[in-house]
Amino acid sequence: MSGSLEISRRSFLSVSLVGGAVLSFGAWLALSDEAEAGSSGAMLNAFIRINPDNSVVIGAKNPEIGQGVKTMLPMLIAEELDVDWEQVRIEQTLANEQKYGRQSAGGSRSTPVNWLPMRQAGAAARSMLVMAAATKWGVAFETLTAGSGMVRHAASGRTATYASLTEAAVKIAPPALDAVPLKPDSAFRIIGTSRRGVDTPAIVRGQPLFGIDTELPGMVYAALEACPVFQGTIAAVDDQAAKAVKGVLAVVPINTGLVPKGSFDALAIIADSWWTAQQARSRLKVDWDTGTLTQFSTEAYAEQADTALAQAPEAEILSKGDVEGQLSGAARTVTARYDYPFLGHCTLEPQNCTGLYEDGQLTLWAPSQSPERGRQEVAAMLDLAPDAIKIHMTRIGGGFGRRLMNDYMVQAAQIARAVPGKPVKLIYTRGDDMRHDYYRPGGWHELTAGLDNEGRLVALKDHFVSFGADGEPVRAAELEETEFPAQIVSDVHFGATYLPTNLPTGWLRAPTSNAMGFVFQSFLDELAEAAGVDLPTFVLRILGEDRLLPKVGRANQFNTGRARKVIEEVCTFANWDAKRPSGAGGRGRGFGFYFSHAGYFAEILDATVSEGGTVKVDKIWVAGDIGSHVINPVNALHQVQGAAIEGLAQAMIGQKVDQVDGAIVQENFDSFPLLRIEAAPQDVAVTFVTSPFPPTGLGEPALPPVIPALANAIYAATGKRIRSLPMQLQGQTA
Amino acid sequence: MPRLTVNERPVEFDMDPQTPLLWALRDAANLTGTKYGCGVGDCGACMVMVDGTALRSCLITLAECEGRLVITIEGLSRDRSHPVQQAMVAEQAIQCGFCTPGIVMSGAALLSRNANPSEAEIKEAIPNLCRCGVYPRLVRAIQRAGAVRRREDTISAAPPPGITREDAAKAVPALAPVTEPSTAPSPTPTDQ
Repeated sequence: MSGSLEISRRSFLSVSLVGGAVLSFGAWLALSDEAEAGSSGAMLNAFIRINPDNSVVIGAKNPEIGQGVKTMLPMLIAEELDVDWEQVRIEQTLANEQKYGRQSAGGSRSTPVNWLPMRQAGAAARSMLVMAAATKWGVAFETLTAGSGMVRHAASGRTATYASLTEAAVKIAPPALDAVPLKPDSAFRIIGTSRRGVDTPAIVRGQPLFGIDTELPGMVYAALEACPVFQGTIAAVDDQAAKAVKGVLAVVPINTGLVPKGSFDALAIIADSWWTAQQARSRLKVDWDTGTLTQFSTEAYAEQADTALAQAPEAEILSKGDVEGQLSGAARTVTARYDYPFLGHCTLEPQNCTGLYEDGQLTLWAPSQSPERGRQEVAAMLDLAPDAIKIHMTRIGGGFGRRLMNDYMVQAAQIARAVPGKPVKLIYTRGDDMRHDYYRPGGWHELTAGLDNEGRLVALKDHFVSFGADGEPVRAAELEETEFPAQIVSDVHFGATYLPTNLPTGWLRAPTSNAMGFVFQSFLDELAEAAGVDLPTFVLRILGEDRLLPKVGRANQFNTGRARKVIEEVCTFANWDAKRPSGAGGRGRGFGFYFSHAGYFAEILDATVSEGGTVKVDKIWVAGDIGSHVINPVNALHQVQGAAIEGLAQAMIGQKVDQVDGAIVQENFDSFPLLRIEAAPQDVAVTFVTSPFPPTGLGEPALPPVIPALANAIYAATGKRIRSLPMQLQGQTA
Repeated sequence: MPRLTVNERPVEFDMDPQTPLLWALRDAANLTGTKYGCGVGDCGACMVMVDGTALRSCLITLAECEGRLVITIEGLSRDRSHPVQQAMVAEQAIQCGFCTPGIVMSGAALLSRNANPSEAEIKEAIPNLCRCGVYPRLVRAIQRAGAVRRREDTISAAPPPGITREDAAKAVPALAPVTEPSTAPSPTPTDQ
């Protein structure tokens, strides 16, 4: 290879290619002041620009991870703005919470947080445009109507495009957002109609949308060699051989964010191509200081959990009534132990981030689910003022909670500062991505319940073992006192013991619920059997009359009537009673219900288990209640189907991360499999129950019930209880 | 220096011949539609066509591509008019979209040799990993693309927001002719 890559790229580009060969900086031009300056349109507010041709640009403010928010939030604005979706173009905004409000893709919060503000932004702009027309024509505001980007005066037949009114409208004081009138539901023309993902035409062309696609003039690339044992640090480095590789620019120590500021636990290799950086990386010789951190292992955790479960819990989560008294007087008691492993996120787009440090200013192109939190972390690590950091939000090739953490931003920022003036793109290998995740913590539950003579649940006890320190769980290892059915049962004891770990933990789609749904709904299936009824009946009996349970802490309030309706709905939808497979031929049907992220979901699953133990999911029925409106029905269907498929992947194909000597073993999809098309159900039927409550989110709540529905179906088919994930059936290792 | 044809253009890569085709396409040619997912030929996100066959570009070196015809997602059609591209959008078999280019290339290669594949043939020919779980719509999308290719179906894919049907129909021949009155705004202000 001769000359620098910069030259090679230029000479390469001298022969033009079809598509993609042109750097599309336009893709990164956010709906920002800069973009505004370069266009002839005018901003009506932070989200809306009207162009002279009467086309409308709407800013999408939240991170798009495939959940459809880049389409959904602008739909809310367009609805109240009274424009046709066909005249709208969507642009991703920059990260700037002062300007746009909360910009985070987590907790299924985008819908409930933005349902009113986005509509208000659209309605306020509409009202300014109508006011401009009223002033111009000297008629009353109330006599005007709007639609398709036009204001009309019916009496005179006059019309005006929004574009012709914009210059006057921007001079009108915006109305108070909470006072601006919103449309009645009956007038909705966009909300509740299916709209294709706004980026999908660009995606099928392979256009550069994702963080990893960021290409800038003079760009260099970085690989990261981080200490495989979390919290370990660099003891000694021999980087001579790595630096000798042609094309390598620098090898610099950085802090991944896991060790105290000022110490280093990773080496960044910066080179003229990412491939070159990886080649050089393999020639690094690093001694890591891992101290006693190598003691942490999956095997040790299992032994410690056994020991802990034989003793009393160290911490108390919930204690009410007299559980021991109720259990000793119960007609029947049932005891079972459940467990589940650590899990990785494994977004298909590996973690990456591009940074440019120039004159004390840092620009980042970040596929982050929480860019503002990233800004704060980067500012703290680099001692930069937060407003010296500009963050472009790229499309994201899968989030699942991984990118609520911003370690890759903090790392790219340090690397960029090491090569001022040069844009640098950090990309994890798949192995890096799996071995440097923020994992869903594993856990164990020793459950005991008591039933009275009539099969009613009268006592519930759980000793929960997971990870933490000083009686407090690590991130995403919380067992809440509202865990169903603890809030309804009169006598409950939840205790916990937290084991130490060096693994960083984080939120995985439907955090805590993805595990608790499996544990509690599977255990309830055992109790239902002991009570001689099926699980939907048993859960409905627990729910009792329709009511709102008391609010506890920050938890979403539980409405037993909404729960009842989705359970009844899914039983009708799947014809639960009439069409239940008997278990003959290895066919079984299972049920699961869960309430999380303000959404109520009940699911029924039919599975066939072969004699060799291979499980085939034949069909899934889902009934959900997320409030009064399903904003974009086609996307809602896809979110539910995707959540169900992800739940199956967690349960049935061997997903787990193992730790040996302090480090994670899994490095690719052979050891941490994703569900493939041949194992995926082709039929996931979804129905929504509408209820008179503001709409809530859909990224997460459909996931938790599918795992117990699967486990309970396998029990119905085989008589074998699945109490440990990933599930293992005889003769089946996958 | 390896010479090959990429998207119908003869090119010479001024890079180490042992560089995987994937990274040559992405880092040198700025053809970032071909994605990196696993690096070991498992996920299929880096699928391209080499001499008409779908191959994982992370597993072949530039040297091995000497003299061969490579087509990437950017070169599959000039205007996303390939039936698989159209059907993937029409059926919305896309969530985050990161696996999509690889799936489109696998699907296009399948239809070029079998325009009427069965469900089993589709599942075998598209082993690509989709982390988001678009699988329930994928078989239908490929079958629909096959029907379009056999001229038994047409896809009246709506243009993306911001493009009028008339403009889109001019630029995208695969779109059905506009028969209904356009709802798009007039380009000239109608202030009266």
